[in-house]
Amino acid sequence: MVERDVLKIADREFHSRLIVGTGKYATFELMREALEKSGTEVVTVAVRRVNLEEAGTGKCLLDFVDPKRYLVLPNTAGCYTADEAIRTARLAREALGTPWLKLEVIGDPKTLFPDNEGTLEAARVLLKEGFVVLPYCLDDPILARKLEALGCPAVMPLAAPIGSGLGIRNPHNISIILEQAKVPVIVDAGVGTASDVAVAMELGCHGVLVNTGIAAAKEPARMAEAMKLGVQAGRAAFLAGRMPRRRYASASSPIEGLIE
Amino acid sequence: MPDAPRFVMVPPMAIRVRLNGVERTFEDGTTVAALLERLGRAPQVAAVERNREVVPRARFAEVALEDGDVLEVVQLVGGG
Repeated sequence: MVERDVLKIADREFHSRLIVGTGKYATFELMREALEKSGTEVVTVAVRRVNLEEAGTGKCLLDFVDPKRYLVLPNTAGCYTADEAIRTARLAREALGTPWLKLEVIGDPKTLFPDNEGTLEAARVLLKEGFVVLPYCLDDPILARKLEALGCPAVMPLAAPIGSGLGIRNPHNISIILEQAKVPVIVDAGVGTASDVAVAMELGCHGVLVNTGIAAAKEPARMAEAMKLGVQAGRAAFLAGRMPRRRYASASSPIEGLIE
Repeated sequence: MPDAPRFVMVPPMAIRVRLNGVERTFEDGTTVAALLERLGRAPQVAAVERNREVVPRARFAEVALEDGDVLEVVQLVGGG
């Protein structure tokens, strides 16, 4: 039996449930190899001012990330106000020709936790302008509900602070978000290794976004493959339905028929 | 005989703009496309905001910078 298990966000279907970031790689070549091994179909990119002091070096990110192969999802990382995020989103849409956007409005440089009011305000404006807004948010069920109510076609609660590699810090909140959400829930930020990704998927998350967890591994391409397998394992375990937890042992072997 | 028409060389007017947060001087009439060429960026990898409005890529060749413009020229880079 071939089960059709696709991730549907807005009007698009994806077969991979792993979204991969393109930041922090030592070289574009290493990044490209990791993207290939991850099996991802969606990759995130950032928008930054061009450096006025150096003419184009000839190498640019899009030479290594083919927009025909991947959905290139621009982010508004580094924006601290709704206004900055909105302007960055509009520039990204012009640069890429896609309304898809990973919205980030950051509230604090040390934690990189999102600013809730700014995120909601920017989402409201951008959704009206036709953007497909995927918002990075806290693992806050109330906020997730508000973002969904505005029309976000997915919500992206963090597992832990961006780049921290701490894994899912509050599985209970993620579970509550999952219980109430009618849109896909993609865990974004803070996953450090394949088991973290598997935990997210076992909870029932619909996908995971990983950047530093792959880019900062000693061998990014190998970790990318591990993350892919972690997503697949976690997803399969979720669909299979895990056994209930119990406090005491329950023998696996028959308790009758023992020799005396 | 009427005098031959005289052509007087007028130095091109300079305009001052704020480009990515830095004051820069350009010749009057410089278009967005020319600006990108000056920066060594292919138009298909850059996006431009002029006075808080995005300049559509299709209009890069016709939109000329004006004195006092505030410009942001961005490109895509690695990010999560």
